[in-house]
Amino acid sequence: MLYGYGTVILQGTLTTINLAVLSVTIAIGIGLGVACCKLFAPGWARMLASLYTTLIRGVPDLVLMLLIFYGIQSLFNEVTGLLQTEIVNIDPFSAGVLTLGFIYGAYFAETFRGAFMMVPKGQLESGLAFGFSPWQVFRLILFPQMMRHALPGIGNNWQITLKATALVSIIGLADLVHATQAAGKATYQFLTFSLLAAAIYLMLTTISNLLLRYLERRYSIGIKQYSI
Amino acid sequence: MIDIIKEYGQAFLWTDGYQFTGIAVTLFLLVITLVFGFILSIPLAVGRLSKNRFIALPIWLFSYVFRGTPFFVQLLVIYTGIYTLGFVRESDFLDWFFSSGYRCALLALVLNTTAYTIEIFAGAIRSLPHGEIEAAKAYGFSGYKLYRCIVLPAALRQALPAYSNEVILVLHATSLVFTVTVPDILKVARDANSATYQSFAAFGTAALIYLALSFILVALFNRAEKRWLAHLRPMETSTKTNPDRLASI
Repeated sequence: MLYGYGTVILQGTLTTINLAVLSVTIAIGIGLGVACCKLFAPGWARMLASLYTTLIRGVPDLVLMLLIFYGIQSLFNEVTGLLQTEIVNIDPFSAGVLTLGFIYGAYFAETFRGAFMMVPKGQLESGLAFGFSPWQVFRLILFPQMMRHALPGIGNNWQITLKATALVSIIGLADLVHATQAAGKATYQFLTFSLLAAAIYLMLTTISNLLLRYLERRYSIGIKQYSI
Repeated sequence: MIDIIKEYGQAFLWTDGYQFTGIAVTLFLLVITLVFGFILSIPLAVGRLSKNRFIALPIWLFSYVFRGTPFFVQLLVIYTGIYTLGFVRESDFLDWFFSSGYRCALLALVLNTTAYTIEIFAGAIRSLPHGEIEAAKAYGFSGYKLYRCIVLPAALRQALPAYSNEVILVLHATSLVFTVTVPDILKVARDANSATYQSFAAFGTAALIYLALSFILVALFNRAEKRWLAHLRPMETSTKTNPDRLASI
């Protein structure tokens, strides 16, 4: 039915999912660190963190991807040239994961920062008054409540990252778009295969939507829902 | 970096000697997309909230599909996909339309931004205070006049912060159009990269240009917010806890 390209496309889909999951994991790590820097760290680290989020979010993800991917490769080449060692080729998958994680870390940082600030200050103060150490206040009071506020933003960013993985085919990764375009080229059925790619992405976003709604309901147990 | 700017500076700005390139093309795409997207999404946002399911459901579906798929895939469907259809190549108008990368890119950009803007505007209309609309109805406003005089002015103001975000995203989305042969900023950077192999300088220049454009847009929208959301000024303290506002860079 798919002119024998079913397995290739399935593999591409799996690559896309892998890529999205791994890069979101990295992005969440970076985002948490940067958000904490922005809120609690001394001046210079705060400035560095603001610089990172502002610069990254002001530049299109594709431009950053090309900049990091080709730029770092040429940097590597220069270094290996200087050291007279063998050329190191960055493998596209890890480059893609790291690049996406680095870019979307900035978006996650803003989500987490907003969520941290939504936790009422009085709770932190009363935590300290009850003799919690600052770390305990962070771990037991601030963080769990922050996660609830951050969940819609995390879901949003997850979908944005998932859709942004479509761009890695431009730097030569065999993801879903790459697979469907290859199939389209071979069979001259561009429309069918591009629409198939769109349908698969739509399916993935729909599934994550449903999952997210479930999680949101779960994490706001005991919190009064307000409807808009 | 300096030799790249020397050699490709003009191409980055407006022309490579044969055609428009670089910032000129990117801004052209941005402006046209925003104008069409804005005009289309106002009636569609109203329709999206219509009680008539035959109006609301198709609009929701359109918006959902375009928000649920990557812009790159939409661009590929429109540029490489549709042109493979026989009847498109046989019809004079469709053949003319879909044979150009510019027109395909614009179509994809307009459809994409319309999908997101519908949701932004519909959300803003939905969040209007009930009393405002009731009062308008009590004064005898209805239908078109209710929307023109009461609902839309208030809702569009409300939507301004989210809309400014969307404008930045459209600017960022335009960086994909080089894949359909439109010579925008990133296309010039790629040309510079393949001619000189100075990847970092070439793409770095493009990144700096996009950054500057983003900052200019953010500054413009900040001024617009000061002007049109002046009545919300006392609530300024709440911007700190509003992630939507934070996300607008």
